[in-house]
Amino acid sequence: MHALEKILAKKASKELVKAGDIVTCEVDLAEINDLYLQVVESFYEMGGKKVWDPNKVTFVFDHYAPAPTIKSAANHKEMREFAKKHNISLLFDINEGVCHQVMPEAGLVYPGMLLVATDSHTTTHGAFGAFGTGVGATDLACILISGKLWFRVPEVMKIEITGKLKPGVLPKDVILHILGKLGTEAAVYKAVEFTGDTVKDMDIAGRMVLCNMTVEMGAKTSYIAPDEKTLVYLKSKGVDIENLEIPVTDSDYKYSDVYKFDVSNLSPQVAIPHSVDNTVPVQDVRGTKVDQVFIGSCTGGRLEDIQWAYKVLKGKRINKSTRLVIIPASKAVYLEAIKRGYVEALINAGATFTAPGCGPCLGTHQGILAPGEVCVTATNRNFPGRMGSTSANIYLASPATAAACALTGKIVSPQEYITEEA
Amino acid sequence: MNRKISGKVFIFGDNIDTDQIYPGRYLELTAKADIASHCMEGARPGFANEIEKGDIIVAGKNFGCGSSREHAAITLKEAGVSAVVAESFARIFFRNAINLGIPVIICKDIRNGIREGEVLEIDLSTGQLKNQNTGNVFQGEGLSDFLLGILESGGIKPLFKAKYGN
Repeated sequence: MHALEKILAKKASKELVKAGDIVTCEVDLAEINDLYLQVVESFYEMGGKKVWDPNKVTFVFDHYAPAPTIKSAANHKEMREFAKKHNISLLFDINEGVCHQVMPEAGLVYPGMLLVATDSHTTTHGAFGAFGTGVGATDLACILISGKLWFRVPEVMKIEITGKLKPGVLPKDVILHILGKLGTEAAVYKAVEFTGDTVKDMDIAGRMVLCNMTVEMGAKTSYIAPDEKTLVYLKSKGVDIENLEIPVTDSDYKYSDVYKFDVSNLSPQVAIPHSVDNTVPVQDVRGTKVDQVFIGSCTGGRLEDIQWAYKVLKGKRINKSTRLVIIPASKAVYLEAIKRGYVEALINAGATFTAPGCGPCLGTHQGILAPGEVCVTATNRNFPGRMGSTSANIYLASPATAAACALTGKIVSPQEYITEEA
Repeated sequence: MNRKISGKVFIFGDNIDTDQIYPGRYLELTAKADIASHCMEGARPGFANEIEKGDIIVAGKNFGCGSSREHAAITLKEAGVSAVVAESFARIFFRNAINLGIPVIICKDIRNGIREGEVLEIDLSTGQLKNQNTGNVFQGEGLSDFLLGILESGGIKPLFKAKYGN
């Protein structure tokens, strides 16, 4: 069995599971974000009275943080009341950040766990060897009542990545390139495992970017086998690594597909409107005028991403016809970026910082796009209307490319603008 | 529920994502009628006024890709969509639709055989589809007994209510 199958087997109390089986599993952690008051409504519609285990449920207020409208404020209020009534103490309010950054930072994510959340980017937690998957509100309400959910055991696709990345080429460029080659449907109903030297050499933040964006190829979950780096990260967040049972994939496991990518000659990539797999080298669209740049979200708002913006923009000014919005993915990221001087340097360069959260990534607030505008963003989706007007054009890129675009006001490769090692 | 349904067809393309089915700026809404009023607004503005109860959506590959928002399934259900037939579906949307009692049928050839406004008949157990205007028949994938069981209960909510609600 694959490590992911072993997780599902254990949670379903079965010796063996195989791809295609329908199994009912006990969930280790259920996360609800603030888009989905529907979870609470479905809970009561289904006759829910008591949450099965309040210690295994968490709320994260990130998509509307802080509340931009009366309605979203009322939704927050109702969720806080629900959490209080059902003794759910793990409530991360509007000051904390994006769920996929906040949960690992809080030590809630660990190898071998089954994590289910009302967010498609829950695939991110494969970076820690967890089985993380996104569901809708009613599925989550079923977990609140019963502690369990049914799953179809997924096939696992292996993506082996080799080669040393050139300076200015980031994990985001790697995953955009892979998406461009494999397409948005490549992993529907499947799990995606990343292996290879490039992945081994990547820091945890980079691995999270790879796993985060597997949902854009349809993946149910993703996986990177935990190694020393994973354990060091987990320990630093308070996870009791001595007592972890880390499942390991059997040597005779047969992957449904195997893809190999040599990224040693990869250049910075960009996904052009309006699909995540419309990937081209940045040079192919060089010179396109840019109205707004966004660095943030569960894909591109970590400390490493803000550090890239700092490397490109320190001591300079962004182009006067371009706006730069930066939103740290969490309070911890924000504080560290302040401590290291990134925030001050970037504000002096012309950046607008707002409170940790999802921001304009999904077009709700904090920098949405006008008709006809062009945005280069370190986020995950460039669907029509995703960040505001349906006639806006969204280009997905790495935070380094995004920062270089803010500097010049047009689409350019970051490689010629990285002047300082931070 | 009736294992055979039929309805007038609306045609959409590939990769109709959840932002096109239900734009993110309306995610704060919770009343079903409000959610229904923005149905497919990102793909075809005004669709909520065009659709009539019982109509069927036919689409290309990867219908419902993107966000996990259940609003995408709620808006279709509340606007009156009786089924979605597509070349393929994104998995979270697929789950959400079944949970709410909306039949979702995978059929690779569907778009070659039907035009907008024609009437499609669906046999949910066998996956057989028939264009009632031309008589053409297509074979889609039938739903498993597990999924049909959820649909026949009217979605996951009545099932759960019966099991845990008392």
